[in-house]
Amino acid sequence: MVNTVDPSGPKPRRALSARNIMLYGTLMVVSMYYLLPLYVMVVTSLKGMPEIRLGNVFSPPLEITTAAWTKAWSEACTGINCDGLSRGFWNSVQILIPSVILSIGVASVNGYALSHWKFKGSETFFTILIIGAFIPYQTMLYPIVILLREIGLMGSLWGLVLVHTVFGMPILTLLFRNYFASIPEELFKAARVDGARFWGIYFQIMLPMALPIFVVAIILQVTGIWNDFLFGVIYTKPETYPMTVQLNNIVNSVQGIKEYNVNMAATLLTGLVPLVIYFASGKLFVRGIAAGAVKG
Amino acid sequence: MTSQSTAKRPVQLLRNLSAKIASIPMILTALVVFVGGTAWTVVHSFTSSRLLPKLNFVGFDQYERLWSTRRWLISIENLAIYGICSLILTLLIGFTLAALLDRKIRFEGAFRTIFLYPFALSFVVTGLAWQWILNPDFGVQGVVRGMGWESFAFDPLNNSEIVIFGILIAGIWQGSGLIMCIMLAGLRGIDEDIWKAARVDGIGTVKTYVRIIIPMMRPVFITALVLIASGIIKIYDLVVAQTNGGPGISSEVPAKYVIEYMFRAQNLGQGFAASTMMLVSVIVILVPWAYLEFGGRKRG
Repeated sequence: MVNTVDPSGPKPRRALSARNIMLYGTLMVVSMYYLLPLYVMVVTSLKGMPEIRLGNVFSPPLEITTAAWTKAWSEACTGINCDGLSRGFWNSVQILIPSVILSIGVASVNGYALSHWKFKGSETFFTILIIGAFIPYQTMLYPIVILLREIGLMGSLWGLVLVHTVFGMPILTLLFRNYFASIPEELFKAARVDGARFWGIYFQIMLPMALPIFVVAIILQVTGIWNDFLFGVIYTKPETYPMTVQLNNIVNSVQGIKEYNVNMAATLLTGLVPLVIYFASGKLFVRGIAAGAVKG
Repeated sequence: MTSQSTAKRPVQLLRNLSAKIASIPMILTALVVFVGGTAWTVVHSFTSSRLLPKLNFVGFDQYERLWSTRRWLISIENLAIYGICSLILTLLIGFTLAALLDRKIRFEGAFRTIFLYPFALSFVVTGLAWQWILNPDFGVQGVVRGMGWESFAFDPLNNSEIVIFGILIAGIWQGSGLIMCIMLAGLRGIDEDIWKAARVDGIGTVKTYVRIIIPMMRPVFITALVLIASGIIKIYDLVVAQTNGGPGISSEVPAKYVIEYMFRAQNLGQGFAASTMMLVSVIVILVPWAYLEFGGRKRG
């Protein structure tokens, strides 16, 4: 404790006090723990296999090669398919886009109905929905298999889209409900007086005003759906496996020699989409996860 | 509920109708999937279903078998060890980092970005990255041995005694940033005057945190606790990616048990019973929290 007896006024700033050295030192060391895996993944993916066998995971590459990246993307094998992670990537894209649109569309309308068009029982359904967010997915996995079979979507991309819509609903509905509830009632009433109805008010007034919260919802859903493994592995077939599932199958396959550089390139490729979103969105990501925090 | 005029004009009927039609997906999700699905699983956990769900009830047989299966007991033990360690360490690390970042430091944004980025990554990516770092030949153990300490042994992923701690390292790496963020938001919500008052009274920084700030942040801690706890129970993809339950069955977890019995071993009844146990554990955690949080006052 250096500055114990402080006079009033702002703290004097000394760059090299013992306190600062301790503070920044600790933060630097902790930062290394957090950055280490990313560093290791990047350097490993840029090495060749002979170099990996000679060195260790932390040594920087002597000879930089992108061969592992190319192989991970277009040649790595899962079972009999040897067309690389690109298949999983495009599957994930095909799952992601409709899932994000559908889940956010449905949830925003739900939130809007719950905040401005309450009807008898609406709050009860909402409460059930929120409690449902805490139920372990494992309890609902099999009944959903039956439901998807009944409507003929088991194993298809659209089945998975539906599952993502259902499980994204609690948190997104909460997000939109709270946002729409903060929009002044007067605005809503004025639109009603002008003769606007449910959908008219939604599309002409609420939607344009809610753009920031839509961005938060999109960030939340894109990272969440892209990172999903559980639903992907259960509700799709090998041909429609999302990227995370395919990645796990490539890296943890028991056949063949382990190609660590290819594995790390594949891992990085899969992590790239959420990482780009994270670094590009900054504060909005924090807002998204703060909202998503309820989901856990 | 907003006050409604008693007169039933057609417009009002239509208004309710639109909202109701728009809410059909929500109602179906809440009633069919959440309530219906959960009830269905709980009911079927009392049957002898194997390949297909059947309604021939056998009482608590599945549960008796579950609690005498070694694999389930290991899963529960792992979950307990992982859970307790993860809870304590994540709270400790999350709070300490938040407190450090709250000391009006420079580059706060950069540090925060570094601590939080793992949270953007999936558990599969996390598990695979740490699987490689903990590789006995090329990873941490290999590096330390290469530096001359030949007898150094740190091989959690191939040692059934400590494998769960290998997973713990990865789990904390992925999730502690989120808790740091929540704690930081909590710290920012505390009045500056508290600090001034503490300083006037001559209370040291650490003591101020322990005696004053942490008790004031009780709601934040409870939220963090619930978050970490519900995440722990769900742990699945991290284990699948990092160890796939191995070596042997020494890093199995309940969520993995459920899925293997339901979708691979074709023993649905066991899967249903195990998932019902997971549900029960969530209820045990959540009910006291809901009581603390909402009990006594009207929920918003």
